[in-house]
Amino acid sequence: MFYREAGDFKTSYKDDSQTFPIRFDRRGYYAALLLGFAVLPFLLNDYWTNAVFIPFLIYAIAALGLNILVGYCGQLSLGTGGFMAVGAYACYKLTTAFPDINIVFHILAAGVITAGVGVLFGLPSLRIKGFYLAVATLAAQFFLVWLFNRVPWFYNYSASGQISMPERTVFGIPVTGAQVAPWAGYLVCLAFVVLLAWMARNLTRGATGRKWMAIRDMDIAAEIIGVNPLRAKLTAFAVSSFYVGIAGALFFSVYLGAVEVGEAFGIEKSFAVLFMIIIGGLGSIFGSFAGAAFMVVLPVLIKLVLVDSWGWPTDLAAHIRLMIVGALIIIFLIAEPHGMAQLWRLAKEKLRLWPFPH
Amino acid sequence: MLDANPEGYTTADGRKIGGVLMEMRNITLRFGGVKAITDISFDIREGEIRAIIGPNGAGKSSMLNVISGFYVPQEGEVWFHGQRRAPMKPYEVARQGIARTFQNIALFDGMSVLDNIMTGRLTMMKTGLFSQALWWGRAQAEETEHREKVERIIDFLEIQSIRKTPVGRLPYGLKKRVELARALAAEPKLLLLDEPMAGMNVEEKEDMSRFILDVNDEFGTTIALIEHDMGVVMDLSDRVVVMDYGKKIGDGTPDEVRANQAVIDAYLGVAHD
Repeated sequence: MFYREAGDFKTSYKDDSQTFPIRFDRRGYYAALLLGFAVLPFLLNDYWTNAVFIPFLIYAIAALGLNILVGYCGQLSLGTGGFMAVGAYACYKLTTAFPDINIVFHILAAGVITAGVGVLFGLPSLRIKGFYLAVATLAAQFFLVWLFNRVPWFYNYSASGQISMPERTVFGIPVTGAQVAPWAGYLVCLAFVVLLAWMARNLTRGATGRKWMAIRDMDIAAEIIGVNPLRAKLTAFAVSSFYVGIAGALFFSVYLGAVEVGEAFGIEKSFAVLFMIIIGGLGSIFGSFAGAAFMVVLPVLIKLVLVDSWGWPTDLAAHIRLMIVGALIIIFLIAEPHGMAQLWRLAKEKLRLWPFPH
Repeated sequence: MLDANPEGYTTADGRKIGGVLMEMRNITLRFGGVKAITDISFDIREGEIRAIIGPNGAGKSSMLNVISGFYVPQEGEVWFHGQRRAPMKPYEVARQGIARTFQNIALFDGMSVLDNIMTGRLTMMKTGLFSQALWWGRAQAEETEHREKVERIIDFLEIQSIRKTPVGRLPYGLKKRVELARALAAEPKLLLLDEPMAGMNVEEKEDMSRFILDVNDEFGTTIALIEHDMGVVMDLSDRVVVMDYGKKIGDGTPDEVRANQAVIDAYLGVAHD
């Protein structure tokens, strides 16, 4: 009744291949954009921005990136944390070396540098697949964290071994450092999310996305129709790392402000992002957002309910959170490997006919 | 013999067959000590439907895999368009204009029928990553342009109604048809069909035969196919290569092959006396 494709006719192939072919979807997304850009910035307080919205947006970018690699191209990676660290340290080195250049360009450049590193670690993917590739990317994770810990040049020889973000402005408004208004950091992240999500959608529905999915679904058949497997896999690694690098740069500069690499970008981060796309939905842009939202909101929700309302101890709540996430991952892997995105798709198919299913 | 004429020949139903498109010269393929193909030569001419038949394990599929670049023969030469083909990767062979289908369907299950067929045109889509990411100008125009070509093939094979269905949900016969569509989308000069009618019922076989003839007729595509159903092979093909135990035992028109004593022996067995 509410979700309708019927009557939404297309008269040209161009119309049929637009970003959101269904009118209902299109209106929904425009409404969400309006809400995100024009309404939320006035409502947000410090707590909600830092506990929910900024981490959600940044994790959404990381999840988009990993989903391109794992969900669309079928190459399993456990190096997300390491690649986020590359983005963070690239952003730090660039902004301390060239303080006059706008931070937005540094963040983009950090993404490009991470893309290069990603391609380097993606090279083994031509020869090894599945779990073995996951182990190879795991090596990237540990190597990169070790590198940023051990080579003082990366943290500008600071005594603590940490990197901390100096204040930077966009249009004269501080977006990093101590004096940031909640809405400023939020808007920077949101702008990146919207741009990157739109680009991911374009890439995945066009020729590049078909190459990736062909490799994922059956690599032999992909080769027989003319896809160069090495190039397709390496573009997936490059684009994916670009996204993850930007997420890392934002995580460091806008969200945390100061970073110790082992704590912020350890193996837990790789798993967290992987869980997001498994729960959200492999091979789905919407799923990346759903998974990120779920993993960010769940701990906040548990804390609100268990600790603040019921007065349970904090550590017990933290353990319960781990148990819930673990159980959900197993449930999703067994019952619905395509995650929340697939549930949403099925709900849409039902809604299409509701309330007259026959 | 028909093959002797370099200019081609005219078939019984009056179609003109051109010069040699692909030629296999003394191909030998070994897997370790096992000889899958022994010293086989034959040619495929422009516009003809060429069948490769033989009992199970005769080396037919290996032959097709040699043509499509999966296997590199230890001895012998592959000539395509009058040029000797250096050993190359399957995706390079695809770019030369050779498309194929598989015995056990090799479609991309996670994608829709339309996307599957669109993958057939990937070698022709040239816009860069950046332009595609922005969905701007050239990338969008290219998508529309190829979509039009693909829609023509969808019409041709009568699969309009399942355009947006995920391939994994389709029944077997339709999957075979989608796979043919994907191969056709590449506008191949040579189309290889590995058992296009395996596991089909009579009606589906008739449909598929009609499509194969139409493809040959309307697009002028040269077709090489492997098939077990002798009735189909004899009806469809212009010339037939017969293989047994990796060797060529017969080559000629269906009538010539039918009369060939070696072929009869291979299929029916030889009496022990």
